[in-house]
Amino acid sequence: MVEVTLWGSLSAVAGGKSRHDIEAKDIRELFRKLAEQYPGIEPWIDRGIAVAIDGTIYRDTWSKELPPGAEIFLLPRLAGG
Amino acid sequence: MNFDPRYSGRNFSSVGTRPIRPDGIDKVTGRARYGADFNMAGQLVGRILRSPHAHAVIKKIDTSKAEKLAGVKAVITAKDLPDLTDGDAAMYDILDNSMARTKALYDGHAVAAVAAIDARIARQALKLIEVDYEVLPHITDVDEAAQHHAPLINDQIFTEGLEEKPAKPSNVTKRTQFGHGDVHKGFAQADFIVERSFKTEQTHQGYIEPHACVASVNPDGTADLWVCTQGHFVYRQHCAQLLGLEASKLRVTSSEIGGGFGGKTHVWAEPVALALSRKAGRPVKLVMTRDEVFRASGPTSATSIDVKIGARKDGTITAAEATLRYSCGPYAGSWAEIGAMTAFACYNLENVKTVGYEVLVNRPKTAAYRAPSAPMAAFAVESAVDELAHELGMNAVDFRIKNAAQEGTRASYGPVYGPIGIGPTLEAVKNHPHMKAPLKANQGRGMACGFWFNFGGQTCTDLNIGMDGSVSLAVGTVDVGGSRASLSLVAAEELGIDYSQVKAIVADTSSLGYNDMTDGSRGTFSSSMATISAARNAIKILRDRAAQMWDIPVDDVVWEKGHAIAKGEKYGNLSPLSLKDIAAKSGTTGGPIAGHSELVADGAGVSFATHICDIEVDPETGATRVIRYTVVQDAGKAVHPTYVEGQYQGGAAQGIGWALNEEYIYGKDGRLQNAGFLDYRIPVCSDLPMIDTQILEIPNPNHPYGVRGVGETSIVPPLAAIANAVSNAVGVRMTHIPMSPPRILAALDAEREG
Repeated sequence: MVEVTLWGSLSAVAGGKSRHDIEAKDIRELFRKLAEQYPGIEPWIDRGIAVAIDGTIYRDTWSKELPPGAEIFLLPRLAGG
Repeated sequence: MNFDPRYSGRNFSSVGTRPIRPDGIDKVTGRARYGADFNMAGQLVGRILRSPHAHAVIKKIDTSKAEKLAGVKAVITAKDLPDLTDGDAAMYDILDNSMARTKALYDGHAVAAVAAIDARIARQALKLIEVDYEVLPHITDVDEAAQHHAPLINDQIFTEGLEEKPAKPSNVTKRTQFGHGDVHKGFAQADFIVERSFKTEQTHQGYIEPHACVASVNPDGTADLWVCTQGHFVYRQHCAQLLGLEASKLRVTSSEIGGGFGGKTHVWAEPVALALSRKAGRPVKLVMTRDEVFRASGPTSATSIDVKIGARKDGTITAAEATLRYSCGPYAGSWAEIGAMTAFACYNLENVKTVGYEVLVNRPKTAAYRAPSAPMAAFAVESAVDELAHELGMNAVDFRIKNAAQEGTRASYGPVYGPIGIGPTLEAVKNHPHMKAPLKANQGRGMACGFWFNFGGQTCTDLNIGMDGSVSLAVGTVDVGGSRASLSLVAAEELGIDYSQVKAIVADTSSLGYNDMTDGSRGTFSSSMATISAARNAIKILRDRAAQMWDIPVDDVVWEKGHAIAKGEKYGNLSPLSLKDIAAKSGTTGGPIAGHSELVADGAGVSFATHICDIEVDPETGATRVIRYTVVQDAGKAVHPTYVEGQYQGGAAQGIGWALNEEYIYGKDGRLQNAGFLDYRIPVCSDLPMIDTQILEIPNPNHPYGVRGVGETSIVPPLAAIANAVSNAVGVRMTHIPMSPPRILAALDAEREG
């Protein structure tokens, strides 16, 4: 079980809650379970969501494991220059 | 991904040296081929007709006269680029920006295009195209556009991110919010509060090379595109989707690039060139003029930012708040969102809140510009931080050190930081001789911090070993800042050979797997990771081939310093085999030797920089001159220190231009008045001092060599550092970028008049 924090706009499509306890071993499972629980989140996943695990931001490595007790924070996937 | 990206703490032989770049001779002798330097047999000249109106309905376009002109081979409008975006809103915006469909949304918006046998006929043909416009009210100012009474640019847009869905459409496309704690409580605890509003004008990346391409579409559905881009794989995807081509049948080759800085991260005229070629049945070269680059490519946002910061007498910040409004051009974007995320990222704040508003205006579509959105937010925040330090009677560096984020700090954008480098850059600045150098009359010193995220992404490389032992490295990230040199150093390091044995190229889209573009400071970070992985895969084969040559088990062969070595006393008589020895026998030991890698390079790690600027201001004319400038930034590990320094200096130089002179100036008619380098003044060599650099090397734990991206962060602090320097020089807080001479004089006059 990991505790996941969603940024403001995303929490609006996740029942208005910013913190969620999810049973997920990696980013892929986290996204799947969030989408199962809150279908409105799916278009956001398609557009791109970055996942900060203990402060390190992952954008594409959906196989990245979510260590128990780690701080998991979802962020918008941003553009660079 | 079967690759361990963790930092290994190894010693280096090649990495960290400063050899000459492989593309250097071609560039200084003029042989390097940029976007406009490529030609195809039978190619036509493409030209685009652009709207003279800032906002207008396109009622009718009559191309018949142009089509009849001798020498014209194709004329296209939006009808020749049908909507194939299948509900993808971002791609639809790119399509509409490439060729207006129902409305012209800014001065310079493409409405039609021609392909002709030469430029003269193409220009004549443009004049023969008749467009019937219904001119609409327009809006170009970010603050005015956000007002309820402003002319609507898109009546289908309702502000996202509000608690209640709005009943009326708006030019404000989205509201975003970040932060934690309780800012009201925090401000109640403050002994001093600074509250100010700031503005920054729209600027262009100012790359020297205009957008240019040659497109050729064949009747069998295959196509070629030679183009100046930061990401040819991304251009392939965009163009294939917009033209209904199969991606694998569209081969995109990236030319050398004369700068991009984010402005060449999505397509502009390329779909038009392909559509013209498809219709004409011949290759089409399309090169933007400088006027077109300014009017119709993607500058950064104009912004309007309110900042409030409070602190106790002991210098502890108790609360910080910012409201950021960023212009997006006429299409929705997420530029204020990034500003809201980065604004206070340098600081350890118990109570922080940022709110971003994305605002549509009748200006060109905003594009990324080097650490997009962060410099403007940093300007506002770092100006207020400096002012607060003055009010507290604290040294500006010490005040920042006291409040700087560190490992374990909750970032203002959400997560808790791991190891970060803001503290070391501030300490380095505090101890830098620049901070102690005396100043003369009318001179001021400013400093400021900056933050940027840095990204990794999808990456693919091939490393091929020739039979003579030379190594060719094919990468898919466009070389915008010397990455072919850096990646050759990495390949040499990993293989244990000399840099001169490695030749790196940027492969076309048909020769290599998909690569994300060179943005987000990812080129060297990502491709070096893939190069290390590819080299290690090649070493596995080299060991296997050596084992065959010796007829011993491969597990008994190790790779050290460019040689296969048989380990164990029983092999005492076997001399090491060099890479060259093994390559020479490859034909009879299993064929070509190569290493391949495809991976996602994540974990780039956030980046911080601190800059110092000395400036002299002429109080009579408002003219400014940067006297001295120092950049301190963490590189993780500088693979090629000269090019890391170049990135630091380049960011500072661009920032100096942005801070002091550059701005888009629109007339009341909504037309851009300064679409050229004579009237839009970017800095030239004589405007700049030698920009000093100090590279800090705090290894990135998520890269085998500790590498961090370095390309963008250096443009984040300059606006603020220079504004603080000017403010200190003239004794008036500067709140509007650029600080051009008239604006400085106006600020001085306003101060005198009270």
